[in-house]
Amino acid sequence: MTGIIQVDGLNKLYRGGFQALRDVNLSIRKGEIFALLGPNGAGKTTLISIICGIVTPSSGTVLADGHDIVSDYRAARSRIGLVPQELTTDAFESVWNTVSFSRGLFGKPRDDAHIEKVLRDLSLWDKRNNRLLELSGGMKRRVMIAKALSHEPQILFLDEPTAGVDVELRRDMWEMVSSLREAGVTIILTTHYIEEAEAMADRIGVIRKGELILVEDKTTLMDKLGQKELRLQLTEPLERIPDALGRAGLSLSDDGYRLTYSYDAHSEQGSVAAVLRQLNELGIEFSDLQSRQSSLEDIFVSLVHEEVA
Amino acid sequence: MNWYAIRAIYGFEMARTRRTLMQSIASPVISTSLYFVVFGSAIGSRMVEIDGISYGAFIIPGLIMLSLLNESISNASFGIYFPRFSGTIYEVLSAPVSPLEIVMGYVGAAASKSVILGLLILATARLFVDYHIAHPVWMLAFLVTTAVTFSLFGFIIGIWADGFEKLQIVPMMLVTPLTFLGGSFYSINMLPPLWQTITLFNPVVYLISAFRWSFYGVADVAVGVSIAAILGFLLLCLGGIFWIFRTGYRLKQ
Repeated sequence: MTGIIQVDGLNKLYRGGFQALRDVNLSIRKGEIFALLGPNGAGKTTLISIICGIVTPSSGTVLADGHDIVSDYRAARSRIGLVPQELTTDAFESVWNTVSFSRGLFGKPRDDAHIEKVLRDLSLWDKRNNRLLELSGGMKRRVMIAKALSHEPQILFLDEPTAGVDVELRRDMWEMVSSLREAGVTIILTTHYIEEAEAMADRIGVIRKGELILVEDKTTLMDKLGQKELRLQLTEPLERIPDALGRAGLSLSDDGYRLTYSYDAHSEQGSVAAVLRQLNELGIEFSDLQSRQSSLEDIFVSLVHEEVA
Repeated sequence: MNWYAIRAIYGFEMARTRRTLMQSIASPVISTSLYFVVFGSAIGSRMVEIDGISYGAFIIPGLIMLSLLNESISNASFGIYFPRFSGTIYEVLSAPVSPLEIVMGYVGAAASKSVILGLLILATARLFVDYHIAHPVWMLAFLVTTAVTFSLFGFIIGIWADGFEKLQIVPMMLVTPLTFLGGSFYSINMLPPLWQTITLFNPVVYLISAFRWSFYGVADVAVGVSIAAILGFLLLCLGGIFWIFRTGYRLKQ
Protein backbone atom coordinates (compact mmCIF):
# COMPACT_ATOMS: atom_id res chain seq x y z
CA MET A 1 0.00 0.00 0.00
CA THR A 2 1.32 3.46 -0.89
CA GLY A 3 1.84 5.77 2.07
CA ILE A 4 0.65 9.35 2.29
CA ILE A 5 4.33 10.21 1.88
CA GLN A 6 6.22 7.89 -0.41
CA VAL A 7 9.97 8.41 -0.81
CA ASP A 8 11.83 6.25 -3.32
CA GLY A 9 15.54 6.19 -4.05
CA LEU A 10 16.09 9.73 -2.79
CA ASN A 11 19.60 11.16 -3.02
CA LYS A 12 20.92 14.61 -2.30
CA LEU A 13 24.41 15.71 -3.24
CA TYR A 14 25.08 19.37 -2.39
CA ARG A 15 27.21 21.52 -4.66
CA GLY A 16 30.18 21.35 -2.31
CA GLY A 17 30.20 17.56 -2.73
CA PHE A 18 28.49 16.70 0.57
CA GLN A 19 26.19 13.70 0.19
CA ALA A 20 23.34 14.54 2.55
CA LEU A 21 21.01 11.68 1.60
CA ARG A 22 21.82 8.24 0.21
CA ASP A 23 19.14 6.16 -1.44
CA VAL A 24 16.43 6.92 1.09
CA ASN A 25 13.26 4.86 0.81
CA LEU A 26 10.44 5.61 3.18
CA SER A 27 6.69 5.22 3.39
CA ILE A 28 4.72 7.26 5.92
CA ARG A 29 1.29 5.89 6.76
CA LYS A 30 -1.75 8.10 6.72
CA GLY A 31 -2.70 9.36 10.16
CA GLU A 32 0.40 8.22 12.01
CA ILE A 33 2.97 10.15 14.01
CA PHE A 34 6.37 9.36 12.59
CA ALA A 35 9.49 10.44 14.47
CA LEU A 36 12.68 10.86 12.51
CA LEU A 37 15.70 10.61 14.77
CA GLY A 38 19.33 11.17 14.01
CA PRO A 39 22.36 13.12 15.18
CA ASN A 40 23.15 16.60 13.88
CA GLY A 41 24.00 16.59 10.17
CA ALA A 42 22.45 13.17 9.64
CA GLY A 43 20.12 14.45 6.91
CA LYS A 44 16.81 14.91 8.75
CA THR A 45 16.25 18.53 7.74
CA THR A 46 17.44 17.87 4.19
CA LEU A 47 14.88 15.08 3.84
CA ILE A 48 12.08 17.31 5.16
CA SER A 49 13.22 20.24 3.04
CA ILE A 50 13.13 18.14 -0.14
CA ILE A 51 9.64 16.83 0.59
CA CYS A 52 8.43 20.38 1.25
CA GLY A 53 10.03 21.82 -1.91
CA ILE A 54 12.75 23.94 -0.30
CA VAL A 55 15.68 21.81 -1.46
CA THR A 56 15.99 20.19 -4.88
CA PRO A 57 16.62 16.43 -4.88
CA SER A 58 19.57 15.09 -6.87
CA SER A 59 17.65 11.94 -7.79
CA GLY A 60 14.70 9.88 -6.64
CA THR A 61 11.00 10.58 -6.30
CA VAL A 62 8.70 11.78 -3.56
CA LEU A 63 4.91 11.54 -3.61
CA ALA A 64 2.71 13.46 -1.18
CA ASP A 65 -0.78 11.97 -1.06
CA GLY A 66 -0.05 10.48 -4.48
CA HIS A 67 1.20 13.73 -6.04
CA ASP A 68 4.77 14.08 -7.27
CA ILE A 69 6.49 16.94 -5.43
CA VAL A 70 8.16 18.14 -8.65
CA SER A 71 5.79 17.56 -11.55
CA ASP A 72 2.60 18.04 -9.50
CA TYR A 73 4.00 20.41 -6.89
CA ARG A 74 0.85 22.48 -6.41
CA ALA A 75 -1.27 19.54 -5.31
CA ALA A 76 1.58 18.06 -3.26
CA ARG A 77 2.52 21.25 -1.40
CA SER A 78 -1.06 22.30 -0.70
CA ARG A 79 -1.38 19.17 1.47
CA ILE A 80 1.73 19.91 3.51
CA GLY A 81 2.37 22.21 6.44
CA LEU A 82 5.89 22.85 7.67
CA VAL A 83 7.16 24.13 11.00
CA PRO A 84 10.86 24.70 10.43
CA GLN A 85 13.56 24.35 13.02
CA GLU A 86 14.62 27.99 12.98
CA LEU A 87 12.36 30.66 14.47
CA THR A 88 11.97 32.69 11.30
CA THR A 89 9.24 35.27 11.61
CA ASP A 90 8.31 38.62 10.14
CA ALA A 91 9.22 40.61 13.22
CA PHE A 92 7.10 43.67 12.43
CA GLU A 93 3.91 41.85 11.43
CA SER A 94 1.04 41.09 13.77
CA VAL A 95 0.21 37.50 14.68
CA TRP A 96 -3.13 37.70 12.87
CA ASN A 97 -1.64 39.10 9.67
CA THR A 98 1.23 36.66 9.43
CA VAL A 99 -1.04 33.64 9.96
CA SER A 100 -3.59 34.99 7.46
CA PHE A 101 -0.76 35.58 4.99
CA SER A 102 0.23 31.92 5.21
CA ARG A 103 -3.30 30.79 4.43
CA GLY A 104 -3.45 32.95 1.32
CA LEU A 105 0.00 31.86 0.21
CA PHE A 106 -1.19 28.26 0.20
CA GLY A 107 -4.08 29.15 -2.09
CA LYS A 108 -6.89 29.15 0.47
CA PRO A 109 -9.60 31.84 0.58
CA ARG A 110 -9.87 34.03 3.63
CA ASP A 111 -11.46 32.25 6.58
CA ASP A 112 -11.37 34.30 9.75
CA ALA A 113 -13.21 31.62 11.73
CA HIS A 114 -10.52 29.04 10.98
CA ILE A 115 -7.69 31.43 11.81
CA GLU A 116 -9.44 32.27 15.08
CA LYS A 117 -9.78 28.57 15.93
CA VAL A 118 -6.10 27.92 15.21
CA LEU A 119 -5.04 30.89 17.33
CA ARG A 120 -7.32 29.89 20.18
CA ASP A 121 -6.11 26.27 20.08
CA LEU A 122 -2.55 27.50 20.37
CA SER A 123 -3.35 30.04 23.12
CA LEU A 124 -2.46 32.88 20.76
CA TRP A 125 -5.83 34.57 20.53
CA ASP A 126 -4.96 37.20 23.15
CA LYS A 127 -1.78 37.98 21.24
CA ARG A 128 -3.39 38.26 17.81
CA ASN A 129 -2.71 41.99 17.49
CA ASN A 130 0.80 41.83 18.92
CA ARG A 131 3.76 42.21 16.62
CA LEU A 132 5.94 39.13 16.51
CA LEU A 133 8.96 40.95 17.89
CA GLU A 134 6.99 41.47 21.10
CA LEU A 135 6.54 37.72 21.65
CA SER A 136 8.67 35.29 23.63
CA GLY A 137 10.51 32.44 21.91
CA GLY A 138 7.85 29.96 22.94
CA MET A 139 5.06 32.15 21.61
CA LYS A 140 6.91 32.59 18.32
CA ARG A 141 7.14 28.81 18.08
CA ARG A 142 3.36 28.65 18.49
CA VAL A 143 2.98 31.23 15.73
CA MET A 144 5.11 29.07 13.43
CA ILE A 145 2.77 26.16 14.13
CA ALA A 146 -0.29 28.37 13.57
CA LYS A 147 1.12 29.44 10.19
CA ALA A 148 1.66 25.81 9.22
CA LEU A 149 -1.90 24.91 10.24
CA SER A 150 -3.53 27.95 8.65
CA HIS A 151 -4.23 26.17 5.35
CA GLU A 152 -5.56 22.98 6.97
CA PRO A 153 -2.80 20.60 5.83
CA GLN A 154 -3.22 16.82 5.83
CA ILE A 155 0.48 16.32 6.49
CA LEU A 156 2.40 18.30 9.07
CA PHE A 157 6.19 18.39 9.35
CA LEU A 158 7.57 19.50 12.69
CA ASP A 159 11.31 20.02 12.54
CA GLU A 160 12.53 20.12 16.14
CA PRO A 161 9.21 21.61 17.34
CA THR A 162 10.11 21.89 21.01
CA ALA A 163 13.72 23.02 20.71
CA GLY A 164 14.30 25.73 23.29
CA VAL A 165 10.79 25.77 24.74
CA ASP A 166 9.96 25.30 28.39
CA VAL A 167 8.52 22.13 29.87
CA GLU A 168 4.97 23.48 30.08
CA LEU A 169 4.89 24.53 26.45
CA ARG A 170 6.40 21.21 25.42
CA ARG A 171 3.57 19.38 27.14
CA ASP A 172 1.06 21.71 25.44
CA MET A 173 2.57 20.89 22.09
CA TRP A 174 2.44 17.18 22.73
CA GLU A 175 -1.25 17.57 23.47
CA MET A 176 -1.72 19.63 20.33
CA VAL A 177 0.05 16.99 18.23
CA SER A 178 -2.16 14.30 19.71
CA SER A 179 -5.32 16.25 18.94
CA LEU A 180 -4.12 16.87 15.38
CA ARG A 181 -3.56 13.18 14.93
CA GLU A 182 -7.08 12.53 16.20
CA ALA A 183 -8.28 14.96 13.55
CA GLY A 184 -6.60 12.79 10.91
CA VAL A 185 -3.44 14.80 10.30
CA THR A 186 -0.31 12.80 9.55
CA ILE A 187 2.62 14.13 11.56
CA ILE A 188 6.30 13.73 10.85
CA LEU A 189 8.59 15.16 13.49
CA THR A 190 12.28 15.34 14.04
CA THR A 191 13.48 15.82 17.55
CA HIS A 192 16.51 15.71 19.77
CA TYR A 193 14.32 14.91 22.73
CA ILE A 194 14.06 11.16 22.56
CA GLU A 195 11.44 11.21 25.32
CA GLU A 196 9.32 13.22 22.89
CA ALA A 197 9.49 10.50 20.27
CA GLU A 198 8.97 7.87 22.94
CA ALA A 199 5.86 9.65 24.24
CA MET A 200 4.24 10.52 20.93
CA ALA A 201 5.43 8.51 17.95
CA ASP A 202 3.78 5.46 16.44
CA ARG A 203 6.84 4.66 14.36
CA ILE A 204 10.48 5.62 14.52
CA GLY A 205 12.96 6.17 11.70
CA VAL A 206 16.64 6.51 12.43
CA ILE A 207 18.83 8.32 9.95
CA ARG A 208 22.61 8.29 10.11
CA LYS A 209 25.04 9.87 7.65
CA GLY A 210 22.27 10.30 5.10
CA GLU A 211 21.08 6.71 5.26
CA LEU A 212 17.82 5.59 6.75
CA ILE A 213 19.15 2.73 8.84
CA LEU A 214 15.96 1.70 10.57
CA VAL A 215 12.19 2.18 10.39
CA GLU A 216 10.17 0.35 12.99
CA ASP A 217 7.04 0.53 15.11
CA LYS A 218 8.07 2.15 18.36
CA THR A 219 6.86 -0.67 20.59
CA THR A 220 8.40 -3.32 18.36
CA LEU A 221 11.68 -1.42 18.32
CA MET A 222 11.78 -1.12 22.08
CA ASP A 223 10.87 -4.77 22.50
CA LYS A 224 13.39 -5.93 19.92
CA LEU A 225 16.37 -3.83 20.82
CA GLY A 226 15.58 -3.05 24.43
CA GLN A 227 17.87 -4.28 27.19
CA LYS A 228 16.98 -4.88 30.80
CA GLU A 229 19.26 -4.26 33.70
CA LEU A 230 19.25 -5.56 37.26
CA ARG A 231 21.28 -3.64 39.85
CA LEU A 232 22.09 -5.07 43.24
CA GLN A 233 23.46 -2.95 46.08
CA LEU A 234 25.63 -5.20 48.24
CA THR A 235 25.86 -5.02 52.03
CA GLU A 236 29.60 -5.86 51.95
CA PRO A 237 31.96 -4.94 49.13
CA LEU A 238 33.51 -7.65 46.94
CA GLU A 239 37.18 -7.49 45.97
CA ARG A 240 36.51 -9.24 42.68
CA ILE A 241 33.56 -10.83 40.98
CA PRO A 242 33.22 -14.54 41.59
CA ASP A 243 33.89 -16.64 38.45
CA ALA A 244 30.41 -18.13 38.40
CA LEU A 245 28.80 -14.66 38.35
CA GLY A 246 31.28 -13.38 35.77
CA ARG A 247 30.34 -16.23 33.48
CA ALA A 248 26.66 -15.35 33.93
CA GLY A 249 27.40 -11.85 32.60
CA LEU A 250 27.41 -9.80 35.79
CA SER A 251 29.79 -6.89 36.34
CA LEU A 252 31.11 -5.29 39.50
CA SER A 253 31.42 -1.57 40.20
CA ASP A 254 34.83 -0.10 41.08
CA ASP A 255 33.95 0.32 44.75
CA GLY A 256 32.81 -3.31 44.91
CA TYR A 257 29.38 -2.43 46.25
CA ARG A 258 27.25 -2.88 43.13
CA LEU A 259 26.61 -5.83 40.88
CA THR A 260 24.94 -5.18 37.52
CA TYR A 261 23.28 -7.84 35.41
CA SER A 262 22.33 -6.81 31.82
CA TYR A 263 20.15 -9.15 29.84
CA ASP A 264 18.00 -9.24 26.75
CA ALA A 265 14.41 -8.15 27.24
CA HIS A 266 13.30 -11.42 25.65
CA SER A 267 15.64 -13.72 27.50
CA GLU A 268 14.25 -16.59 29.50
CA GLN A 269 12.31 -15.39 32.48
CA GLY A 270 14.25 -17.73 34.76
CA SER A 271 17.61 -16.05 34.23
CA VAL A 272 17.11 -13.43 36.95
CA ALA A 273 15.96 -16.10 39.38
CA ALA A 274 19.05 -18.16 38.55
CA VAL A 275 21.33 -15.21 39.28
CA LEU A 276 19.63 -14.56 42.60
CA ARG A 277 19.93 -18.25 43.50
CA GLN A 278 23.67 -18.13 42.72
CA LEU A 279 24.13 -15.09 44.94
CA ASN A 280 22.40 -16.93 47.75
CA GLU A 281 24.59 -20.00 47.25
CA LEU A 282 27.72 -17.83 47.32
CA GLY A 283 26.54 -16.09 50.46
CA ILE A 284 26.52 -12.64 48.90
CA GLU A 285 23.91 -10.44 50.53
CA PHE A 286 22.33 -7.36 49.03
CA SER A 287 20.48 -4.47 50.64
CA ASP A 288 18.66 -3.12 47.58
CA LEU A 289 17.60 -4.27 44.14
CA GLN A 290 16.68 -2.18 41.07
CA SER A 291 15.44 -3.22 37.67
CA ARG A 292 15.17 -0.93 34.63
CA GLN A 293 14.41 -1.29 30.91
CA SER A 294 16.50 0.66 28.40
CA SER A 295 14.78 3.70 26.97
CA LEU A 296 14.45 4.71 23.35
CA GLU A 297 17.34 7.04 24.03
CA ASP A 298 19.61 4.13 24.94
CA ILE A 299 18.54 2.33 21.75
CA PHE A 300 19.07 5.44 19.66
CA VAL A 301 22.55 6.05 21.07
CA SER A 302 23.58 2.45 20.44
CA LEU A 303 22.25 2.60 16.87
CA VAL A 304 23.89 5.86 15.81
CA HIS A 305 27.21 4.96 17.36
CA GLU A 306 27.55 1.68 15.53
CA GLU A 307 30.24 1.82 12.91
CA VAL A 308 28.99 1.71 9.36
CA ALA A 309 29.54 -1.81 8.18
CA MET B 1 -3.07 30.40 -11.22
CA ASN B 2 -2.87 30.80 -7.43
CA TRP B 3 -4.52 34.23 -7.18
CA TYR B 4 -4.84 33.98 -3.41
CA ALA B 5 -1.07 33.65 -3.13
CA ILE B 6 -0.42 36.58 -5.47
CA ARG B 7 -2.83 38.67 -3.44
CA ALA B 8 -1.24 37.54 -0.18
CA ILE B 9 2.30 38.50 -1.29
CA TYR B 10 1.09 41.74 -2.88
CA GLY B 11 -0.94 42.71 0.19
CA PHE B 12 1.92 41.80 2.52
CA GLU B 13 4.36 44.01 0.61
CA MET B 14 1.92 46.91 0.39
CA ALA B 15 1.29 46.63 4.13
CA ARG B 16 5.04 47.06 4.67
CA THR B 17 4.83 50.32 2.72
CA ARG B 18 1.99 51.52 4.94
CA ARG B 19 4.08 50.74 8.01
CA THR B 20 7.04 52.68 6.62
CA LEU B 21 5.15 55.54 5.03
CA MET B 22 7.80 58.14 5.87
CA GLN B 23 10.60 56.12 4.31
CA SER B 24 8.64 54.77 1.35
CA ILE B 25 6.65 57.77 0.18
CA ALA B 26 7.24 60.94 2.19
CA SER B 27 11.04 60.89 1.99
CA PRO B 28 11.33 60.62 -1.84
CA VAL B 29 8.54 63.18 -2.30
CA ILE B 30 10.25 65.66 0.03
CA SER B 31 13.70 65.21 -1.54
CA THR B 32 12.26 65.61 -5.05
CA SER B 33 10.41 68.73 -3.92
CA LEU B 34 13.77 70.14 -2.85
CA TYR B 35 15.05 69.58 -6.39
CA PHE B 36 12.08 71.57 -7.71
CA VAL B 37 12.69 74.36 -5.21
CA VAL B 38 16.42 74.59 -5.98
CA PHE B 39 16.60 73.76 -9.70
CA GLY B 40 13.09 74.65 -10.75
CA SER B 41 12.22 77.81 -8.83
CA ALA B 42 15.53 79.28 -7.59
CA ILE B 43 18.10 78.47 -10.31
CA GLY B 44 15.53 77.60 -12.98
CA SER B 45 14.14 81.13 -13.07
CA ARG B 46 17.55 82.34 -14.31
CA MET B 47 17.97 79.55 -16.90
CA VAL B 48 17.00 79.85 -20.55
CA GLU B 49 14.25 77.65 -21.94
CA ILE B 50 15.25 74.27 -23.42
CA ASP B 51 13.39 73.23 -26.59
CA GLY B 52 10.88 75.93 -25.76
CA ILE B 53 10.17 74.50 -22.28
CA SER B 54 10.88 76.37 -19.04
CA TYR B 55 13.74 74.78 -17.10
CA GLY B 56 11.55 73.98 -14.12
CA ALA B 57 9.11 72.05 -16.31
CA PHE B 58 11.91 70.47 -18.34
CA ILE B 59 13.37 68.63 -15.35
CA ILE B 60 10.06 67.13 -14.15
CA PRO B 61 10.24 63.90 -16.25
CA GLY B 62 13.89 63.37 -15.31
CA LEU B 63 13.22 63.86 -11.60
CA ILE B 64 10.27 61.49 -11.68
CA MET B 65 12.45 58.92 -13.47
CA LEU B 66 15.22 59.38 -10.89
CA SER B 67 12.83 58.48 -8.07
CA LEU B 68 10.99 55.84 -10.07
CA LEU B 69 14.14 53.91 -10.96
CA ASN B 70 15.64 54.07 -7.48
CA GLU B 71 12.42 53.22 -5.67
CA SER B 72 11.52 50.39 -8.05
CA ILE B 73 14.90 48.79 -7.50
CA SER B 74 14.92 49.43 -3.75
CA ASN B 75 11.36 48.20 -3.16
CA ALA B 76 11.72 45.03 -5.18
CA SER B 77 15.23 44.15 -4.03
CA PHE B 78 14.37 44.65 -0.36
CA GLY B 79 11.05 42.84 -0.79
CA ILE B 80 12.70 39.58 -1.83
CA TYR B 81 16.01 40.02 0.00
CA PHE B 82 14.50 40.47 3.46
CA PRO B 83 12.70 37.08 3.50
CA ARG B 84 15.97 35.51 2.35
CA PHE B 85 17.85 37.33 5.10
CA SER B 86 15.33 36.53 7.85
CA GLY B 87 14.70 32.98 6.65
CA THR B 88 10.97 33.42 6.06
CA ILE B 89 11.54 32.64 2.37
CA TYR B 90 11.06 28.97 3.36
CA GLU B 91 7.33 29.58 3.39
CA VAL B 92 7.19 30.98 -0.14
CA LEU B 93 9.39 28.17 -1.45
CA SER B 94 7.27 25.48 0.20
CA ALA B 95 3.94 26.97 -0.90
CA PRO B 96 2.02 25.85 -3.99
CA VAL B 97 3.16 28.93 -5.87
CA SER B 98 4.79 29.14 -9.31
CA PRO B 99 7.75 31.42 -10.03
CA LEU B 100 5.45 33.60 -12.13
CA GLU B 101 3.09 34.06 -9.19
CA ILE B 102 5.96 34.90 -6.83
CA VAL B 103 7.25 37.51 -9.27
CA MET B 104 3.75 38.91 -9.83
CA GLY B 105 3.32 39.37 -6.09
CA TYR B 106 6.67 40.94 -5.26
CA VAL B 107 7.30 42.86 -8.48
CA GLY B 108 3.65 43.92 -8.76
CA ALA B 109 3.79 45.46 -5.29
CA ALA B 110 7.16 47.15 -5.89
CA ALA B 111 5.98 48.58 -9.22
CA SER B 112 2.67 49.75 -7.70
CA LYS B 113 4.50 51.63 -4.97
CA SER B 114 6.81 53.25 -7.52
CA VAL B 115 3.95 54.30 -9.78
CA ILE B 116 2.09 55.81 -6.81
CA LEU B 117 5.26 57.63 -5.85
CA GLY B 118 5.78 58.88 -9.42
CA LEU B 119 2.24 60.25 -9.54
CA LEU B 120 2.69 61.90 -6.13
CA ILE B 121 5.87 63.61 -7.34
CA LEU B 122 4.01 64.73 -10.45
CA ALA B 123 1.27 66.21 -8.27
CA THR B 124 3.86 67.83 -6.00
CA ALA B 125 5.61 69.40 -9.01
CA ARG B 126 2.41 71.27 -9.76
CA LEU B 127 3.00 73.26 -6.56
CA PHE B 128 6.28 74.63 -7.91
CA VAL B 129 6.12 74.75 -11.71
CA ASP B 130 3.55 74.84 -14.47
CA TYR B 131 3.58 71.94 -16.92
CA HIS B 132 1.34 70.08 -19.31
CA ILE B 133 1.20 66.48 -20.47
CA ALA B 134 0.91 66.15 -24.22
CA HIS B 135 0.41 62.36 -24.30
CA PRO B 136 -1.08 61.28 -20.93
CA VAL B 137 -1.76 57.68 -21.99
CA TRP B 138 1.83 57.27 -23.18
CA MET B 139 3.04 58.98 -20.03
CA LEU B 140 1.21 56.40 -17.91
CA ALA B 141 2.39 53.56 -20.16
CA PHE B 142 6.03 54.66 -19.81
CA LEU B 143 5.61 55.14 -16.07
CA VAL B 144 4.16 51.66 -15.55
CA THR B 145 6.52 49.88 -17.96
CA THR B 146 9.59 51.52 -16.46
CA ALA B 147 8.39 50.75 -12.92
CA VAL B 148 7.78 47.09 -13.81
CA THR B 149 11.09 46.76 -15.67
CA PHE B 150 13.19 48.23 -12.88
CA SER B 151 11.25 46.33 -10.25
CA LEU B 152 12.18 43.16 -12.13
CA PHE B 153 15.77 44.40 -12.12
CA GLY B 154 15.49 45.07 -8.38
CA PHE B 155 14.12 41.56 -7.84
CA ILE B 156 17.24 40.17 -9.52
CA ILE B 157 19.44 42.34 -7.30
CA GLY B 158 17.54 41.14 -4.22
CA ILE B 159 18.27 37.54 -5.19
CA TRP B 160 21.91 38.28 -6.08
CA ALA B 161 22.70 40.31 -2.93
CA ASP B 162 24.23 38.49 0.01
CA GLY B 163 24.29 41.54 2.26
CA PHE B 164 22.51 44.85 2.77
CA GLU B 165 25.46 46.72 1.25
CA LYS B 166 24.94 45.10 -2.12
CA LEU B 167 21.29 46.20 -2.08
CA GLN B 168 22.49 49.81 -1.94
CA ILE B 169 25.37 49.53 -4.40
CA VAL B 170 23.35 49.35 -7.62
CA PRO B 171 20.93 52.25 -6.92
CA MET B 172 23.66 54.46 -5.45
CA MET B 173 26.65 53.64 -7.61
CA LEU B 174 24.94 52.90 -10.90
CA VAL B 175 21.38 54.11 -11.29
CA THR B 176 21.73 57.56 -9.70
CA PRO B 177 24.87 58.52 -11.69
CA LEU B 178 23.36 57.18 -14.92
CA THR B 179 20.17 59.16 -14.29
CA PHE B 180 22.06 62.36 -13.60
CA LEU B 181 24.16 61.80 -16.74
CA GLY B 182 21.15 60.64 -18.74
CA GLY B 183 19.62 64.03 -19.39
CA SER B 184 17.56 64.56 -16.23
CA PHE B 185 18.70 68.16 -15.94
CA TYR B 186 19.72 68.93 -19.53
CA SER B 187 19.10 67.95 -23.11
CA ILE B 188 21.85 65.74 -24.47
CA ASN B 189 21.82 68.00 -27.55
CA MET B 190 23.54 70.57 -25.30
CA LEU B 191 26.59 68.28 -25.00
CA PRO B 192 29.61 68.27 -27.35
CA PRO B 193 29.26 65.67 -30.20
CA LEU B 194 31.67 63.18 -28.62
CA TRP B 195 29.78 63.20 -25.29
CA GLN B 196 26.48 62.92 -27.13
CA THR B 197 27.72 59.68 -28.69
CA ILE B 198 29.03 58.36 -25.36
CA THR B 199 25.77 59.29 -23.64
CA LEU B 200 23.82 57.12 -26.06
CA PHE B 201 25.35 54.08 -24.32
CA ASN B 202 23.55 55.11 -21.16
CA PRO B 203 20.24 53.20 -21.12
CA VAL B 204 18.60 55.78 -18.84
CA VAL B 205 18.83 58.35 -21.65
CA TYR B 206 16.15 56.41 -23.56
CA LEU B 207 13.83 56.24 -20.54
CA ILE B 208 14.03 59.95 -19.80
CA SER B 209 13.84 60.93 -23.45
CA ALA B 210 10.69 58.90 -24.06
CA PHE B 211 9.11 60.06 -20.82
CA ARG B 212 9.86 63.70 -21.59
CA TRP B 213 8.36 63.21 -25.06
CA SER B 214 5.10 62.06 -23.44
CA PHE B 215 5.03 65.41 -21.56
CA TYR B 216 6.20 67.94 -24.11
CA GLY B 217 6.40 66.15 -27.46
CA VAL B 218 10.18 66.69 -27.68
CA ALA B 219 12.81 63.97 -27.31
CA ASP B 220 16.59 63.57 -27.43
CA VAL B 221 16.23 60.16 -29.06
CA ALA B 222 13.54 58.89 -31.47
CA VAL B 223 10.59 57.58 -29.43
CA GLY B 224 10.56 54.27 -31.31
CA VAL B 225 14.20 53.67 -30.38
CA SER B 226 13.42 54.48 -26.74
CA ILE B 227 10.47 52.08 -26.66
CA ALA B 228 12.64 49.34 -28.20
CA ALA B 229 15.35 50.01 -25.56
CA ILE B 230 12.83 49.85 -22.68
CA LEU B 231 11.26 46.64 -23.97
CA GLY B 232 14.72 45.18 -24.60
CA PHE B 233 15.71 45.77 -20.97
CA LEU B 234 12.34 44.37 -19.83
CA LEU B 235 12.99 41.16 -21.77
CA LEU B 236 16.53 40.98 -20.40
CA CYS B 237 15.22 41.19 -16.84
CA LEU B 238 12.54 38.57 -17.53
CA GLY B 239 15.25 36.30 -18.94
CA GLY B 240 17.34 36.81 -15.80
CA ILE B 241 14.43 35.90 -13.54
CA PHE B 242 13.57 32.87 -15.66
CA TRP B 243 17.17 31.68 -15.22
CA ILE B 244 17.06 32.31 -11.45
CA PHE B 245 14.00 30.12 -10.95
CA ARG B 246 15.20 27.48 -13.37
CA THR B 247 18.52 27.06 -11.59
CA GLY B 248 17.33 27.95 -8.10
CA TYR B 249 20.18 30.48 -7.92
CA ARG B 250 20.49 31.64 -4.29
CA LEU B 251 16.98 30.43 -3.59
CA LYS B 252 17.22 26.65 -3.53
CA GLN B 253 20.10 24.32 -2.85
